[in-house]
Amino acid sequence: MIARLSHFLVTVGRNTQLLLIEVGRLSNLARHFLYWTFAAPLAGKQGLRRHSFVQQLIFMGNESVFIVFLVTASVGAVLALQAAYQLRQFGAVLYTGALVSVSMTRELGPIVTSIVIAGRVGASITAEIGTMKVQEEVDALTTMGIPPVPFLVVPRILAIAIMLPCLTALGDLIGIFGGYLIGISGLGLDSNLYLRQTFEALIPKDILTGIAKSFVFAILIGLISTYKGLSVEGGAEGVGRATTESVVLSIIAIIVSDCICTGVFYYIFP
Amino acid sequence: MSAVIQVENLQKWFGTRKILDGINFEVREGETLVIMGGSGCGKSTLLRTLVGLLQADEGKVLIFGEDMAHASEDKKNEIRKKFGMLFQGAALFNSLTVGENVALPLKEHTSLDEEIIRIIVKVKLELVGLTGFESLKPYQISGGMKKRVALARAIALDPKIVFYDEPGAGLDPITARVIDHLLMDLTKKLRMTSVVVTHEMNSAFRIADRMIMLHQGKVVGSGSPQEIKESKDPYVQQFVRGEINGPISFKETKEHYLKSIFGGDVGL
Ligand SMILES: Nc1ncnc2c1ncn2[C@@H]1O[C@H](COP(=O)(O)OP(=O)(O)OP(=O)(O)O)[C@@H](O)[C@H]1O
Ligand SMILES: [Mg+2]
Repeated sequence: MIARLSHFLVTVGRNTQLLLIEVGRLSNLARHFLYWTFAAPLAGKQGLRRHSFVQQLIFMGNESVFIVFLVTASVGAVLALQAAYQLRQFGAVLYTGALVSVSMTRELGPIVTSIVIAGRVGASITAEIGTMKVQEEVDALTTMGIPPVPFLVVPRILAIAIMLPCLTALGDLIGIFGGYLIGISGLGLDSNLYLRQTFEALIPKDILTGIAKSFVFAILIGLISTYKGLSVEGGAEGVGRATTESVVLSIIAIIVSDCICTGVFYYIFP
Repeated sequence: MSAVIQVENLQKWFGTRKILDGINFEVREGETLVIMGGSGCGKSTLLRTLVGLLQADEGKVLIFGEDMAHASEDKKNEIRKKFGMLFQGAALFNSLTVGENVALPLKEHTSLDEEIIRIIVKVKLELVGLTGFESLKPYQISGGMKKRVALARAIALDPKIVFYDEPGAGLDPITARVIDHLLMDLTKKLRMTSVVVTHEMNSAFRIADRMIMLHQGKVVGSGSPQEIKESKDPYVQQFVRGEINGPISFKETKEHYLKSIFGGDVGL
């Protein structure tokens, strides 16, 4: 029994240590990212490669806009049905629109969109950079005197940081629309009344905190996916493993940081 | 002739294993130096340490008199503009076309016009015998062509030194010879210094002005191809002739192997 317990504690200890090392390396990459994004251009060095940034933006948008719409519309619809089920008990089905719009913009829009992006864009970033790593392309960059961080990492993180909040805003809208369709067709609510409920309940703070969260998630996805790509070792198999880890870690990071952000917003914008 | 690269007491460890054990040699201007040695003797490690992909644990790597091993990252990047490197697997960027691959160092390090860069790219591709391949993607060309494109990319900035990691690896004998000829041709025409890592004896003797031989992280022989051929050193002898019996043992026991990996004693 004691042996098993001590074994358990050792395992926990080792995993904690590994996690701390990982977090240390991740923050090291974050430092490099900040340096190359803000400080290096001031020192006269080429920071962001604009061409590659635009390419990434287009790629990310194309890659994910359809799935984001599909998923947020479904979430909005489900939300309307679930809300109506609860509200019916109080005879308040009328307020379905309000509930959908507030939950969508404050919480579900940002988180669902980010998870889709982590799976879609984050995974492809890790796979791409990881493949470059194992095929010595990253080393080739280094020996050409081109540091990989501004060349590979900065354009990708910045592109996610811009694309994800935009997709979130669109996703919020589509989600609300999904709820609206259910409201007027499935629940038999009046269209005008539903829309009025929807937009009366919504205040700018709801939308803005949601967008702010999505920005935080974007930076996390960008850092994790590029970090995992750059740390690939061991051939094609290593790329596969890193890609899976990248998505899992991103999703965990999104949910944990959502908890923190929501807590912080609750107290500073009551 | 003056030395463009001087390596002094270079040491590199991976964990507890010493891979490079006090390497000393120099590369003179305009010559082709071949680094030979058996599989796993640390040739690639040496090359990667020279170009600053790996950090040396001890010793100096002077390239044009500047110490690559102790330079800041900015300084290293400055020095790196003066040399090119050909990787074993070519390491072309798969998302870029052949032309864009060759153009990349020019775009990054010069402020030349698009049009001028296009012309330079054309000239460099012509030098390696690939005229009109600019718009193909790396996956559309053969392994030998990839190596040549990578060579064109390595010489894009007219470097004084080019490092080659196993230039003939994975190519058929004829294509490998073509690469050797290109290497010799470019070294002469463009007055470059070449440092080549290889274990292909034929190719090594064909291209080398001087050779050094590594064994277990040490330089065990050096000299002109003729001197190496006539060397009395048993390691060099065995390697040059490709014999199975000799001081370099291939019949290692598992204990031996693990010991060589982990260094010191392992509780077996
Ligand atoms: N990143 C690394 N971590 C730990 N050990 C390494 C690493 N890279 C190389 N080694 C070890 O260092 C030794 C020398 O490897 P290196 O790749 O330099 O050999 P090589 O002479 O190039 O061999 P080959 O001719 O087969 O390419 C090998 O035993 C290898 O296991
Ligand atoms: Mg090697």
